[in-house]
Amino acid sequence: MIHAEGLRKRYGEVDALKGVDLDVPQGTVCGLLGPNGAGKTTVVRVLTTLLRPDGGTARVAGCDVVADADRLRHRIGLAGQHAAVDELLTGRRNLVLFGRLYHLPRRTARRRADELLERFGLAEAASRPVKTYSGGMRRRLDLAASLIVAPPVLFLDEPTTGLDPRSRLALWDLLRELVSDGTTVLLTTQYLDEADHLADQIVVVDSGRVAASGSPSALKSKVGDGRVSISFRAAGDLSTGIEVVRGVLPGEPEVDRAERRLTVPVEDGAASLIKVAAALDAAGIGVDDLGLRRPTLDEVFLQLTEASEVTAA
Amino acid sequence: MTMLEPPATRAGRLGWAVIDSLTIAGRTYSRLRAQPGELAGFLVFPIIMTVLFGYVFGSAITLPGGGDYRSYLMPGIFMQVAALTAVSAATSVSEDMALGLIDRFRAQPIARSAVLAGRSVADLSIHLLSVAMMALCGVLIAGWRPHGSPLETLAGFGLLALFAYAMIWIGTYIGLFVKNGAQADAATFGWLFPLTFLANAFVPLEGLPSWLRPIADWNPMSAVVSAARLMFGNPGSAAASWPLRHPVTATICWSVLILTVFVPLAVRRYRTATSR
Repeated sequence: MIHAEGLRKRYGEVDALKGVDLDVPQGTVCGLLGPNGAGKTTVVRVLTTLLRPDGGTARVAGCDVVADADRLRHRIGLAGQHAAVDELLTGRRNLVLFGRLYHLPRRTARRRADELLERFGLAEAASRPVKTYSGGMRRRLDLAASLIVAPPVLFLDEPTTGLDPRSRLALWDLLRELVSDGTTVLLTTQYLDEADHLADQIVVVDSGRVAASGSPSALKSKVGDGRVSISFRAAGDLSTGIEVVRGVLPGEPEVDRAERRLTVPVEDGAASLIKVAAALDAAGIGVDDLGLRRPTLDEVFLQLTEASEVTAA
Repeated sequence: MTMLEPPATRAGRLGWAVIDSLTIAGRTYSRLRAQPGELAGFLVFPIIMTVLFGYVFGSAITLPGGGDYRSYLMPGIFMQVAALTAVSAATSVSEDMALGLIDRFRAQPIARSAVLAGRSVADLSIHLLSVAMMALCGVLIAGWRPHGSPLETLAGFGLLALFAYAMIWIGTYIGLFVKNGAQADAATFGWLFPLTFLANAFVPLEGLPSWLRPIADWNPMSAVVSAARLMFGNPGSAAASWPLRHPVTATICWSVLILTVFVPLAVRRYRTATSR
């Protein structure tokens, strides 16, 4: 549904995109992850016809983003980093305006606006100017505006930045509903848990290149099976504990003396945990907390982006 | 929902462009209805200028050729308000940019020129409303009268409107570059407001130092004021330069020149502009 090959874009002296490939099948969610300035927004802008790429090709919903831009604009929805709605107008007037700009007949535009207001829980606020809306309501209105023509492909640039946790969860539910109806979604986010929860496929972008891609679990397994983490009761426990752990586990322990904590990367999670527990118990060492931590996407992300920084230097 | 296809013919595309422009213009009117204070501001500023200049400065200024200063002043204020349409055009375009609305419009299948064209027409119509209010105030407060024939009077207002429309496009172009409304204001009002005084709008040019005189003579705003005075039959001062001897031709030339330069520039900028 979204297919890009070797996308390149230059802003003056800066190479914003240095050859980005993407492939997003229909009805799936692709999460574009990356630090600020990595090129996430530029990718979205190219795919939504806002920016012309300097090199490479991209097709979205069967339309070339350059040659077929007008046809494509009927097939995509875009919700950007800001809630791009008119503050002075009411929620309904905003949706009718955008509907009219999709060339819907007046009556259809009104009907569609009411449907969307209802669906996004904005029916009661429909006649109020948007400036009286909360942040969550604005984002929902913005998302509603991007869904007016029920586009098969939806682009969301940091859809939940600045939202409180409840509004974020509500937005996630709406997105899942859309995807189950067959919509293809490309979203950029700085929140790794968001990508983890929503995305079928994650593409990590760093300095204009794809640093890694795959399912969330595939990416996590790249950084190992997990870590055993031990918090010791006293400083003395930590010192002897390090030796005990070295005796039973092959991995090199990482020590945080201030927190009296030690973490060791392990291959076979549960078995290692049992081994360590038994050894510490036998040595009579005071332990406050002991557990197995699966790698988080944050760790994957940090490792991947650090690695590319090293190769770039 | 059925997928709409863009029209295949030139006429069909033109039809969409017109409809889109009207939709965008409708948005400007809706905004104004939601914000009546804004409209009041448009109307009050000219009244303040009329009273301020007409009665405060007017008591000290005498025209070289004789004549009533307040009648001399009114075309000047009409021109000043026409020139300052650039400020509100720049401010509102830049606010749409900052909000990401321009991005949304550009990701929608809207005719490329429609967003700017629709706004410019709406801005002009609002400007005409404020001109009508000013004319009424001029007649009631300042004792201003157009002495020409109805057709000449209409032509006078037509020339002012043409100039205002050109200024709206300058403002639109600037608004697509700046980051927010405050910058837009500084990038337009900052030079426009002083420039309206470097013209024959408020004082006769005879008294200017010789190095400043050519600037004021060739300032397009002077030509506009002279053209309006000519059409309204209001007192003016002696014309030394070509544009002031042929103010109607000069006004049309200046306005058309501005439009030919800034309309394509603004539309091109719009096509590539993004919110950052």
